[in-house]
Amino acid sequence: MIGTVLQALWSHWRWHRVQLATLLTGIALATGLWSAVQAINAEARASYDRANLQLGLGQLDELIHPSGRIPLETYVALRRSGWQVAAVLDGRFDAGGRSVRLMGVDMVTYPALPALTDTQGNPPDPAIVLTAPGRLFAPPDLAAQLAADPDLPPIIASTALPPGLVLTDIGTAETLLDLSGSLTRLLVLPEQPRAIPPLDQVAPDLRRQAPEGRIDTARLTDSFHLNLSAFGLLSFAVGLFIVHGTVGLAFAQRRGMFRTLRALGVPLVTLSQLVLAELVVFALLGGALGLVLGHLLAGALLPDVAATLRGLYGAPVQGQLHLRLEWVAAGLAMAVGGTLLASGQALWRLARLPLLSAPGVQAWRGKSGHRASAISGGLVCAAGVAAFAMFDGLVAGFVLLGGVLTGSALVLPLLLSVTLGFFARRAKKPVTQWLWADMQAQLPGLSLALMALLLALAANIGVGTMVSSFRLTFLGWLDQRLVSELYVTAENSEQGRRIEAWLEPRADAVLPIRNVELAHETGPLFLYGIVDHPTYRENWPLIAAAPNVWDTVRQRQGILINEQLARRADLWPGDRLTLAPGNTLTVAGVYSDYGNPTGQAIVAMDLFDEIAPEADNRRFGVRIDPARAEQLAEALRAQFDLGPGAVVPQAAVKAQSRAIFEKTFVVTSALNVLTLGVAGFAIFTSLLTLWTQRLPQIAPVWALGLTRSRLAALELLRSLVLATLAACLALPLGLLLALILLEVINVQAFGWRLPMFLFPSDWMQLFILTAIAALLAAALPAWRLRRVPPADLLRVFANER
Amino acid sequence: MSVKALFFLLLAPFAVSAQGFAGLGSSVEGFDIPQPGYRFDFPADHGPHPSFRIEWWYLTANLTGEDGREYGIQWTLFRSALRPFDQPGWQSPQLWMGHAGLTTPDTHFFAERLARGGIGQAGVTAAPFEAWIDEWHMRGDTIDALSLRANGDDFGYDLTLTADGPLVFHGDNGYSVKSAEGQASYYYSQPGYRVSGMLHLPDRKVTVSGEGWLDREWSSQPLAADQSGWDWFSLTFDSGDKLMAFRLRGGRGDYTSATWITPDGSSRSLPDGSVSFTPLQTSRVAARNVPTEWQVTLPAEDLDIRVEAQNAQAWMGTRFEYWEGPVTVSGSHAGRGYLEMTGY
Repeated sequence: MIGTVLQALWSHWRWHRVQLATLLTGIALATGLWSAVQAINAEARASYDRANLQLGLGQLDELIHPSGRIPLETYVALRRSGWQVAAVLDGRFDAGGRSVRLMGVDMVTYPALPALTDTQGNPPDPAIVLTAPGRLFAPPDLAAQLAADPDLPPIIASTALPPGLVLTDIGTAETLLDLSGSLTRLLVLPEQPRAIPPLDQVAPDLRRQAPEGRIDTARLTDSFHLNLSAFGLLSFAVGLFIVHGTVGLAFAQRRGMFRTLRALGVPLVTLSQLVLAELVVFALLGGALGLVLGHLLAGALLPDVAATLRGLYGAPVQGQLHLRLEWVAAGLAMAVGGTLLASGQALWRLARLPLLSAPGVQAWRGKSGHRASAISGGLVCAAGVAAFAMFDGLVAGFVLLGGVLTGSALVLPLLLSVTLGFFARRAKKPVTQWLWADMQAQLPGLSLALMALLLALAANIGVGTMVSSFRLTFLGWLDQRLVSELYVTAENSEQGRRIEAWLEPRADAVLPIRNVELAHETGPLFLYGIVDHPTYRENWPLIAAAPNVWDTVRQRQGILINEQLARRADLWPGDRLTLAPGNTLTVAGVYSDYGNPTGQAIVAMDLFDEIAPEADNRRFGVRIDPARAEQLAEALRAQFDLGPGAVVPQAAVKAQSRAIFEKTFVVTSALNVLTLGVAGFAIFTSLLTLWTQRLPQIAPVWALGLTRSRLAALELLRSLVLATLAACLALPLGLLLALILLEVINVQAFGWRLPMFLFPSDWMQLFILTAIAALLAAALPAWRLRRVPPADLLRVFANER
Repeated sequence: MSVKALFFLLLAPFAVSAQGFAGLGSSVEGFDIPQPGYRFDFPADHGPHPSFRIEWWYLTANLTGEDGREYGIQWTLFRSALRPFDQPGWQSPQLWMGHAGLTTPDTHFFAERLARGGIGQAGVTAAPFEAWIDEWHMRGDTIDALSLRANGDDFGYDLTLTADGPLVFHGDNGYSVKSAEGQASYYYSQPGYRVSGMLHLPDRKVTVSGEGWLDREWSSQPLAADQSGWDWFSLTFDSGDKLMAFRLRGGRGDYTSATWITPDGSSRSLPDGSVSFTPLQTSRVAARNVPTEWQVTLPAEDLDIRVEAQNAQAWMGTRFEYWEGPVTVSGSHAGRGYLEMTGY
């Protein structure tokens, strides 16, 4: 019996191959987008873990000094008192105009060195690694870039290193960074000898910091991954709309067959189980397709994600994708779960199918259905708002976002129904009246697809507005921030001093750029020193300031902090910030800073010198008449034999910053477009579903004298009107979404709040795109309608009751 | 005493596999080579010799606790040079490694330390004498009166050492030949320290006293290419006589050497083949078979003794593993001492 039933079930799909393809595509799209995002996230996380494991980062306690520098003597004193600590000297050096992260470790005592070998797999000779000039170990791509620099020690390419990091012995690092005799941190090794004295007896200046006390890559990038996950989930939901539509259609078309099978004696339980099994098999097939799709998609997007994460957070992510078993399992589980969820309604109906029910017309759901949906939508919205009011943080922000989006989607059918009713009442001609009423009648069947469209459009408008607002703000900020005509980087402090002296009579002003990394309770804090100059007074992008802010800073009473630090530590003008024990300053102003996620602060240069006398003096901004800038740059390069990366004109710095920015949102835009595509497909499947139920409704109108081509044109028009209505409703929702992204999510994720700008031309583009999608979706049903044999239409009357 | 420090060159971070000793026996790259007829200069020679590749300050002591039990301790500082000079700072080519062991009748504790030269974390000064790595030290105004300290995570010791007798020079007045091909080292000892102090065990402290033996050795190429390991004995007999004897196991036959030291400190070097070593019993230690009971004969001194490990499990599970522990001597002569075995 089972074989026969299966044969009967399968016959449906054999006759409706497009439907089968649609179903599988729906499942594949839902699984694919979601799995792609998961694969990207998993790959990024694995990269962080690998990087951390490889170098023992984020696992051991560290000793740090408030000034950011630990004297070598302190390390030796700790060692000689028994403390087992490993010395690390971190820094950055410039190679070919690019700033490279360097980690210098005592290669003899460092606890977690990866197996460093050259490309032939041979370990290097200790003698050449540990003694001058030493060796630099870099991942192959970086090694290839650095190899051209004749000033660097020889490079050994090693695949055991995280991307973007150069590892070397501490003696080599000291020379390269020009930081002789100091260290940046000490790792406390897990095994300590008996009877070691307390830390405050040996090194009272040092502070012990647990790994979780530091802002690590994983925490910084959590927000980014949550962002991606939210997008993936949205795509998944939209994909399920397609599944829901197709399964609903297939079940409606097979009601006659079900009834017949039941009448022939197939028990309801057996039938339900077989239908369930059929769905699971389709889910697995579609899921597998989706995984292939997801893997391809992730592979295509990963390099950009890696670039984004490096650009935004300096987080090391490899641009290569690995296939993970748990990813496959999770993807298939999502496919099966999602398919069953989307088919729940249909299965439920099958289980309660009366034995002798007619292969009926879809029961009309009236306004009461819309109202119930709208009420639950209102509740979901309210729940999102309540969650945000009660809890703090990024997750609460996303709950708010999800609540508002889902809630609005649920309210959509009622809004559309009310709108259609409004037009219907105003319609004068009978055909127009019929058109509005017909749309109203089809609303229940189309509402899910329209919800998907609304979500996709709103997400598109919201994210687009956020990205474009960010871009405008960022470019304006770059203009304010990068005012010096030339940026100079010397090889070391000594050369810096000579360059400064040489430039002094030749330029309008030489502005030193010096910084040091300090420890603050909110994470690392980069302290900068500035000299008093109109460059800063006139251009620096302050978003909050006390009166006479620049004078307060000049008189060493005030400190400027960046927006990230201000929001993280809740410090605003008038509050006090302790930089080091006994060194507390009043916050004089807060400036916007979109270059990095870490905290930053600015004090007067002489105060900076007291706090960090050993900080580098290698970087300068040079103010000069722009017409003479290139000439001066040439002279400077010639005078000090500097490389091309050492003297950079303003325009080049800006171009580089812009390029990083544009990379940052490539993934967001890609997912955006994909979501919209899926939504268009959802409308198509819904219309296709409705089509089969359309004949009984169209036949009377045809019989009254409307031609089939007229009906087909009206079919197109109807799709267009509904999509346009959804788009109009999506606009305010999208703007609300943008507002939440800018005011809530960005502040939580990056630490900055951006002003919102509106881009009507983008909306127009999107609307046109939506209209095209709607027309395309309706094209097939309309074409069929045009071609439907009159006999079919007549048969409607013959078959009735 | 031993040449195990050779392994020290093969620092674990660089994941070099120890291909026998061949790789190291092949070249000396500008390092000085020991020459016969060297005139020692003290106290300067108690200090380091950076132009030689390897060097060590190696102290072992047999101790008796107030609880009546036998204990042994080892304190070693190895120097290994990557280049034949020294310079201040991280890029000093001198590397240091410390090993400490404490053997009780039923447990063996050990610890290891690594350090770079040039920054003060480890080193040796001749006068006043100090050899240190981290908080471990062996120091005193002269080498005749020392304080000694080492700690692991669950053990430690604080001892004072007083020399009782002169320095002893092995081989040809301190020029000690290590193979038939003529590889050699400079090698002298202070075999007669009186030792007292405190052992820190995980559950208790023990006051101890006994006798200690310091070996000083430096060289640049002490092993022949075919030599795979050695067995090394430093023994103190109840009669007051002492014996240093070793066997280097080679593919082309063993090479032995010994020094007989009388109670007044005068010594006699015994050439290759004078002393014979026969393993009597092996123990399963760290997944290998290690001879822990030996017959040692030296016909020239009418010596025929059984040497038995006090604790067969005295395995130094350090970066380069070896067996090192206190032994009890019986037979023609009774006494105690230390045994070191490598290459098993």
